[in-house]
Amino acid sequence: MDPFGKYIKAVSARAADKEILKKSQDGGIISAAYIYGLENGLLDGVIVADKEDKFTAVPKVATTKDEVLSAAGTKYTTCPNLSVIKSAVREYGCDKIGFVGTPCQIQSIRKAIKYPIGYRHVPDKIALIMGIFCMENFPYNGMKTIVEELCGVRMEDVVKTDIGKGKFWVYTKWGDVKTVALKDTHPYEQVSCHICMDYTAELADLSTGSVGSPDGWSTIFVRTGKGDDYLNKMIKAGALETRLIEEVKPGLDLVQKLALQKKEKNAKEREHRKEIGLPLPY
Amino acid sequence: MVKVAHVQLSSCCGCLVSLADTYEKLLDVLGAIELVYSQTLADVKEVPDNVDIILLEGSVCLSDHHALEVALESRKKAKILVALGACAASGNITRFCKGNQMSKPIHDSFAPLTEVVKCDLAIPGCPPSPEAIVAVIEAALKGDMEYLEPFAELAKYGSEACGCDLLVKVINKSLCMGCGSCAAACPTRAVSMDAGRPLVDKEICIKCGACSVQCPRIRFPELIGNIE
Repeated sequence: MDPFGKYIKAVSARAADKEILKKSQDGGIISAAYIYGLENGLLDGVIVADKEDKFTAVPKVATTKDEVLSAAGTKYTTCPNLSVIKSAVREYGCDKIGFVGTPCQIQSIRKAIKYPIGYRHVPDKIALIMGIFCMENFPYNGMKTIVEELCGVRMEDVVKTDIGKGKFWVYTKWGDVKTVALKDTHPYEQVSCHICMDYTAELADLSTGSVGSPDGWSTIFVRTGKGDDYLNKMIKAGALETRLIEEVKPGLDLVQKLALQKKEKNAKEREHRKEIGLPLPY
Repeated sequence: MVKVAHVQLSSCCGCLVSLADTYEKLLDVLGAIELVYSQTLADVKEVPDNVDIILLEGSVCLSDHHALEVALESRKKAKILVALGACAASGNITRFCKGNQMSKPIHDSFAPLTEVVKCDLAIPGCPPSPEAIVAVIEAALKGDMEYLEPFAELAKYGSEACGCDLLVKVINKSLCMGCGSCAAACPTRAVSMDAGRPLVDKEICIKCGACSVQCPRIRFPELIGNIE
């Protein structure tokens, strides 16, 4: 099984801007790329998953550095990023849109570009597609159960969530850090994630995630010519610090292990669904 | 030169406007084809015989025999008959006509073209995007059947497309992952996202099928994976 899909190269990187690193989840790649694009005319609007009341995730169109930074960080719950793409074109008048999403959302936007039935004048305005590594997602109430019942933290007190080192982490505004073993969160996963055969956002221009790189850094897969150009511009402008992926720990082996873990597990689930007559996307 | 005709039945001209909305691409398309009939764009009174592609916009009024004749005649004259837009593909808003309504109250039933004659391709959407119309015409000119396959399927089985599909085919089958593609595709804003799932307001849904056709969890053609 092919773990990563097609890619041109992989690097380990982090944002050069300390302000971004302070607010971002890991290496701040998405925020750095968005801010670099907005400030240098490569993008004029970007889709972000912003946090609202009680740590809900809400898709928004951001056009400034502050808006990007205020939305930085991962929310482990569904956020229908595609739903605002037309409002970026119509209401914000954007011509060069940056899009970020989980692998399934990247598949959706690629479908919207190739088969744009209901997407009038949208496909040619997508300037950059960034994907994030994703094992599975939680519905909001699933995440709420993990945070409130398993970790004993009220949703209104959450400032950051994280997944790493086999645990789900919750950081509160009072400075507390609570964890729960990742295996205890499995019952609250979104079931539809279990048919997904994509861990590293294989259809994005640039895919990124913390896995494979040291703490505070992220791994980036460059998949398209567009993504390659964009990344080179960022590196040249000093917006990103990069290292060879071969020289960092734990490296691509770990990414490969997790990608194959997802694909093998979900391939079984797909087989099972077929056997009992449940539909799959075809 | 490939002969193309645009024929209209019960419709609002929106699909034609969408085709014209391709601006410079329209010139490319018009340059590559011979437009042999179009009420709006060509000065011809009759649809000629042996047309390569007929784009038929609109639904068929079953209480009007002229409409049925035009549908049959279009089928006979076209090598490839395309149901252009949601009215022709799935009935769209004309599905709601129950008779005794304006403008001619005896007209009580409008069927999508796909239910009246065999169509080769159907492009849903109200209107379909200019990009989709051009992509289908270009693929048809090139004979790119792989790209056209989903449109051919819709021509065969898609006549019921509407927001209900999201509930029946996606959410009820635990396939929805909450991307919001359907909500963005909806031209009437009938689809909103509620707790990461589409919520369809059936008072506003016009049965254009854009949402379910756009859903990657119903149909995800392999060729989408070819990125550069």
